[in-house]
Amino acid sequence: MLCCVKEKIGEAVLPGDLLAFEIQKSENKREKLICGPGLRRDGEDVFVCKSGILRHKEPNLYWIDLQQRRYVPAKGESVIGIVTAKSGDVFKVDVGGSEQASLSYLAFEGATKRNRPNVQVGDLVYAQFIIANKDMEPELVCIDSCGRANGMGVFGAGGLLFKVSLGLVRKLLSPQSEIVKDLEKIFPFEMVIGLNGRIWVKAKTTQQTLIVANILESCENMTTEQRRSIFGRVSENVL
Amino acid sequence: MASDGTAKLSKNVLRMKFMQRGLDAETRKQLEEEEKRIISDEHWYLDLPELKEKENFIIEERSFLPCEDLLYGRMSFKGFNPEVEKLMTLMNSQNRTEDVEEEEQNKTGVDVSDEEMARRYESLVGSIKRKFTKKRNRPAIQGEDNVNSNIRSPKIKKVFLKPQD
Repeated sequence: MLCCVKEKIGEAVLPGDLLAFEIQKSENKREKLICGPGLRRDGEDVFVCKSGILRHKEPNLYWIDLQQRRYVPAKGESVIGIVTAKSGDVFKVDVGGSEQASLSYLAFEGATKRNRPNVQVGDLVYAQFIIANKDMEPELVCIDSCGRANGMGVFGAGGLLFKVSLGLVRKLLSPQSEIVKDLEKIFPFEMVIGLNGRIWVKAKTTQQTLIVANILESCENMTTEQRRSIFGRVSENVL
Repeated sequence: MASDGTAKLSKNVLRMKFMQRGLDAETRKQLEEEEKRIISDEHWYLDLPELKEKENFIIEERSFLPCEDLLYGRMSFKGFNPEVEKLMTLMNSQNRTEDVEEEEQNKTGVDVSDEEMARRYESLVGSIKRKFTKKRNRPAIQGEDNVNSNIRSPKIKKVFLKPQD
């Protein structure tokens, strides 16, 4: 099924839909087009390969806003991983993808050959993908290009880790996220959100940690009004 | 060099580098042509259409990062973890600086307010002035600062006083 992109923006599309970009054909000098997640290039055509809502960002970026739980590593994304093994120079880290990612012991802030970072099996790390493609083992680092940690590395003494859908994670991380704005009014707490769908929460007491975790989990399928009423009830009880 | 009638040197010998000097123009040309023919005979080429690199106008991107302006993943609220809160504002402002820059062009990103700068310079004038005066004149400046304690007049020039015997 061939459909024009302009008409489809903001609408649901299904795998197999063929998108037509009439901008390219009319102009002589063509502009480059970027197809984001959920879209696939086949020669000169762009196919939809995941069902969701087609989104567009100026000037020429198109992607599918999808709700899936399966994480596929992508370069540059920050995720929460669980260290599963120490093997020589690298740690094996479970990020929820099809394969475990490797994390070099030198990819920590201030780490040298002599000065190894203190990472144990079972620790949580907040790290960034530096290599992620379908043919190779994904590789994580806990430093940025300047060698600083910027909050990455081992974290999470106490607290609770749970998993939500990737769509909810992106909703939480978007700058105009109402959920986060409502949450921060309740009580002091800390949160780490990985793009792989893992969220780690810590508050002053176990009870408060559980409240935040339950609210976030139930945000998955709640309307704005339902969420508001729950927030109202929680903040009444807390105050 | 080569005397007539005597044994002729073979082509291969003539083709050698050190023999080239003695050859006349015509034989040299002949040799070159022959060489060229041999090379072109030996040169094989595939009878294929030229491989052209097709420019790709569609780029695939696997990450959501460039699509949505996602915030920094670590968050802390109401001072639970001040370190993270500092990082959070830093990282989130980094992403947004490009957008804000245009809005804040008239503000020109002021770090220090005008009043603060004026106050700073007020005290600075004195210390810079002191730097450029000689040690001998320093008490004079200090005298100017506090007019009330006019113990020594700055006008008095120091002269050598001969000790009395």
